[in-house]
Amino acid sequence: MIIIPPPFFRALKVAATIIILLLVWEICCRLFKVPNYLIPAPSEIAARFNEKRGLFLGHAWVTMYETVAGFAMAVVVGVIAAALIVIVPAVRDVIMPVLLIAQLVPKVAVAPILLIWFGYDLLPKVVIAFLVAFFPIVVNTASGLAAVERELLELSRSLEATRWQTFWKFRIPTALPELFSGMKIAITLAVIGAVIGEFVGGNKGLGYLILIANQELDTPLAFAALFILSLGGIILYWAIELAEKVCIPWGHDIDHLDIHGIP
Amino acid sequence: MITTARAKTIELEELHKTYVTRDDQIVALAGITFSVFSHEFVSVLGPSGCGKTTVLKIIAGLVSASSGNLRVDGTPISGPQRKIGIVFQVPALMRWRTALQNILLPAEILGLDMAAARARALELLRLVGLEEFSSKYPRQLSGGMQQRVAIARALIHDPSILLLDEPFSALDIMTRNQLNVELLRIWSERRKTSLLVTHSIPEAVFLSDRVVVLGQRPAKVLEIVPVTLPRPRAPELRVSPEFMQVVDHIGRRIGLEYV
Repeated sequence: MIIIPPPFFRALKVAATIIILLLVWEICCRLFKVPNYLIPAPSEIAARFNEKRGLFLGHAWVTMYETVAGFAMAVVVGVIAAALIVIVPAVRDVIMPVLLIAQLVPKVAVAPILLIWFGYDLLPKVVIAFLVAFFPIVVNTASGLAAVERELLELSRSLEATRWQTFWKFRIPTALPELFSGMKIAITLAVIGAVIGEFVGGNKGLGYLILIANQELDTPLAFAALFILSLGGIILYWAIELAEKVCIPWGHDIDHLDIHGIP
Repeated sequence: MITTARAKTIELEELHKTYVTRDDQIVALAGITFSVFSHEFVSVLGPSGCGKTTVLKIIAGLVSASSGNLRVDGTPISGPQRKIGIVFQVPALMRWRTALQNILLPAEILGLDMAAARARALELLRLVGLEEFSSKYPRQLSGGMQQRVAIARALIHDPSILLLDEPFSALDIMTRNQLNVELLRIWSERRKTSLLVTHSIPEAVFLSDRVVVLGQRPAKVLEIVPVTLPRPRAPELRVSPEFMQVVDHIGRRIGLEYV
């Protein structure tokens, strides 16, 4: 009997699900003769992608750049803001309302104004990606930084640890898992932010490509761009998951030895 | 070993503590007076919520007394001190650090020589019987093992005083008994002046030279019971008539207070 290792088996299941979905899609399109400007069959999307593949690389690169730059800004500014909120209680009452208002304003509505401020190049897209990714990072990191066990804080006081030591040795490691879950939400939002920016104005990026393809009723091309966009998002998400595993070696992936009950 | 005129390491004199909340005043301690001699093992025993942990936190410098005097080695104190090591009710280990790294934490914060601290940490791991677990994370250790790591961590900077705040109350009774024996062994090897807060009468009697019995809140000292049972104490002592007699005496003392 052949024993299939669990991770491989899981990958197999994921692949099978995707292949079956694509097959059903293909069959439905052919069976019901759906016109390709409404819903193109996967084979048509693949063919169109193949024709225009030179086009995609440049646009995909631009969108990924905007996403990653906006996300990186969100992480840096978000962690600093979260640290201020937790460490300086007086700052909390200043930052939190501003944050909340900024979060509640629809970014799609702000995007045209940002274009006026920052021009039609990449900068406004980076800023929009930053704005949508910022909030989950601040909120998650702040609650993580505040979640240090009471007894650990008493230990730090009993050893007369400096504020700086308490922050680096006690708060930051406590907050890491929360920071990563915030980053996972943020990276998916940053992709959306970048595309919103490209929709509003500009002449580069996958969002722009989708817009142009739509205007020309080239639906297979729009779908191909969508697939590339999702693929990029998934790769970025995986990269963060990988970083999480490297940065949190004490996390859930360590085999749990069942030795409870042994004193 | 009997020494004459032993030095008082910890002296509490008429300690009062009142917690003030927005609309209430809670008197936790109503004049606590007792001393712990150098190299002595003393337990503070009392019902849950009687304020015995407050006594320990005042000595640790984590809570300030409302009035009264506290002297450690003859000097009045009002803050944390290096000569004190603390073990809490929960292990309070950093889950991102291995057992060894957890033990080294106080050494890092106090800026001690790390090479020497590392050697001491390995020795302490051996002392608490965990030398094979130095590179394990807390989640890979049982509750009893985690508390042993916490004890080793409290000893890394070689404090002269060890404060233990109900360290075994979250453990099952078998593990607890075993750790009592372990603690006794550690104490007899290191001879730290030790103050244990507990609500278990057998635990207090088994470990201590003297038991300070507190009443219900607001806490006052009901009686200081000397435990003259011979040392070294073996686990079998717990079922001996002499042991039972002391336990019974304290039980009645607390019981009378409840009536």
